Amino acid sequence: MIDPIKPPRRKNPLLRTRLPASPPRPRSRTSHGFTRAAAEGRFMLQRCEACGAFAYPAREACPSCLSADLAFADAPRRGVLLAETTARVPSDVYFRERAPWRIGLVKMDCGPTIVAHLHADCAEGAPVRMSFQLDKSGQAVAFARPEGETPNMADDRQWREMTADPKFRRVLVTNGRSVIGQEAVVALKAAGAKTVFVGVAEPWRPFAGEDLLRRQEGVEVVTLDAADEKSAADLAADIGGKVDILVNTTEYVRAGGLLDRKGTSIARDEIDQTYLGFINLAQAFGPAMRLRGADGVNNSVAWVNILSVYALANWPAFGAYSASQAACLSLSHCLRAELRPGGIKVMNLFTGPVDTEWFQTVAPPKVAPRAIAQAIESGLKNGLEEMYVGDVAEEVRQRLAANPKALERELDR
Amino acid sequence: MQSKNLLELAGAISSGAVRVVDLAFTLSPDFPVIVLPPEFGQAAPVRIQEISRYDGRGPAWYWNNVTFGEHTGTHFDAPIHWFTGKDLPNNAVDTMPAKDMIAPACVIDCSAEAAQDADFVLTVPIVEAWEAKHGRIPARHWVLLRTDWSKKGWRDYSNLKDDGAHTPGPNPAVMKWLVEERGIIGFGTETIGTDAGQAGHFEPPYPAHHFLHGAGRYGLQCLCNLDQLPATGAVIVASPLKIQNGSGSPLRVIALVGAN
Repeated sequence: MIDPIKPPRRKNPLLRTRLPASPPRPRSRTSHGFTRAAAEGRFMLQRCEACGAFAYPAREACPSCLSADLAFADAPRRGVLLAETTARVPSDVYFRERAPWRIGLVKMDCGPTIVAHLHADCAEGAPVRMSFQLDKSGQAVAFARPEGETPNMADDRQWREMTADPKFRRVLVTNGRSVIGQEAVVALKAAGAKTVFVGVAEPWRPFAGEDLLRRQEGVEVVTLDAADEKSAADLAADIGGKVDILVNTTEYVRAGGLLDRKGTSIARDEIDQTYLGFINLAQAFGPAMRLRGADGVNNSVAWVNILSVYALANWPAFGAYSASQAACLSLSHCLRAELRPGGIKVMNLFTGPVDTEWFQTVAPPKVAPRAIAQAIESGLKNGLEEMYVGDVAEEVRQRLAANPKALERELDR
Repeated sequence: MQSKNLLELAGAISSGAVRVVDLAFTLSPDFPVIVLPPEFGQAAPVRIQEISRYDGRGPAWYWNNVTFGEHTGTHFDAPIHWFTGKDLPNNAVDTMPAKDMIAPACVIDCSAEAAQDADFVLTVPIVEAWEAKHGRIPARHWVLLRTDWSKKGWRDYSNLKDDGAHTPGPNPAVMKWLVEERGIIGFGTETIGTDAGQAGHFEPPYPAHHFLHGAGRYGLQCLCNLDQLPATGAVIVASPLKIQNGSGSPLRVIALVGAN
């Protein structure tokens, strides 16, 4: 059993802020099958198409029958911890700073034996639940947790290195005017965030839900117009060093594609709000977040984007909007690479049409804003990188993987 | 006028004998803009993007790229802004006569009334009462409505409720009368828009825009420091940016005020 983590004290200003180090990074190309699994919170192993045996680590041929036909497939997570060891003085800087560090050998029910990082409550001979997690290098590592829930389970030191749990952390929700933003504030507070800063652009303009937002304890309404370079920079000057998780809830949805719109002013607003807003936020908050990747219990850990799944495939009815989302998706990959030295996760959450005013005439199914907020919370707690929220998003993903051309034709309705 | 008189004016400005009052707000991103229903095109807010600031992007110089809508901040409305003035000659900021950019002003102080009622409207009797005290409004003068609205915080300044903005302005009759009976050159306010916040419900809607621009006259809005102007005798300098076929522009409005 592990002790609950304590709320971090205020920092000693005489001490230097510890810079983030990264665990080893190199992986084979095949191994990135695990990266994909970890990013989505799936547990996948290579499985031989010829003999059905699971293999680990990543291989080019089946160790049982030598078939080269190995594909990643979802695998059962259960295993038994055969042996454990504690690394006390590792040579790697990242692990040396975090020693002692427990690892173990897990015999999976499905066959392979896996070297895994261990949750403190894992005991030799006991069953474990295996997952792939993204470490501070953004690479997949195997992680074994006890099969059932244990007290203060999420507070495990090694587990917390793999996740971005909001507990005791300070979060900036960039747009509190939207229902998604307001739901996110509630969910993150409920998840134990110490403070949720919530940005409101043009504070002279009243909005629905404002009173509730301002009344919540531990919620600080701040002025932030992400599309305005100076506004983002001014806020970062105030709280940039206190943002451990940034949730970008920028929302600018307008119907229409190219020919039925006149001129570029709406497209320009779309780009201003979403794409340039993203850049402003990244430039204002990114550097401090990257620097604070190892700053104690409430270190900086994650950046969350809420993107339309039509970033992946253009939906002509909302064609220009789709394009602005695609631009943000591309930018998110750039941000992920640039925040990587700080160990900051960039989580993209893809949704279909949301049950909000600007998708009013779109037929269901639509995603409830609360479902998005809950996904943010669970994604952070599990350290994910890609999430598909709702049936539409999941379906678009699957159809895109199956046949992008078919999806293109079918979205043109 | 002889040029020596002009030089005398310049000397008086320089010496302070003629006061120069700045009637413009700072053009900044956080200044409220007009709010239209979201399905309409929106005025772009002010954006200031640094090009360089004595840094790697330009080691010895500081400058910005600035974008804004024509109707942001303290701004000028040209006749072409409204449908009633769309077919008039020289109706845009680049073609309007330069001489119209300098004209005297009558300032009608309704700050007490506006403090009592956000939906205060200026009426003909109120202006007639003002005339009884200060004399008839001469032709080609600006009429500036002082409400002290510019002294409010931004939220009270825009004063948006769920049925729209509530800010003071003129009623239809007084606008028609000022334009047709007094021949004013334009009408200026401290609020966002020359019209009242609820003027969309007037008949005709937005009477200041309707009558002013239909007659080739001008509007000024988001003015400040009107409390520093005398009721009569101040001279307004309002020269908008020369935007090609522009419907208006942010501008620096100044008033020259002599000693009484």
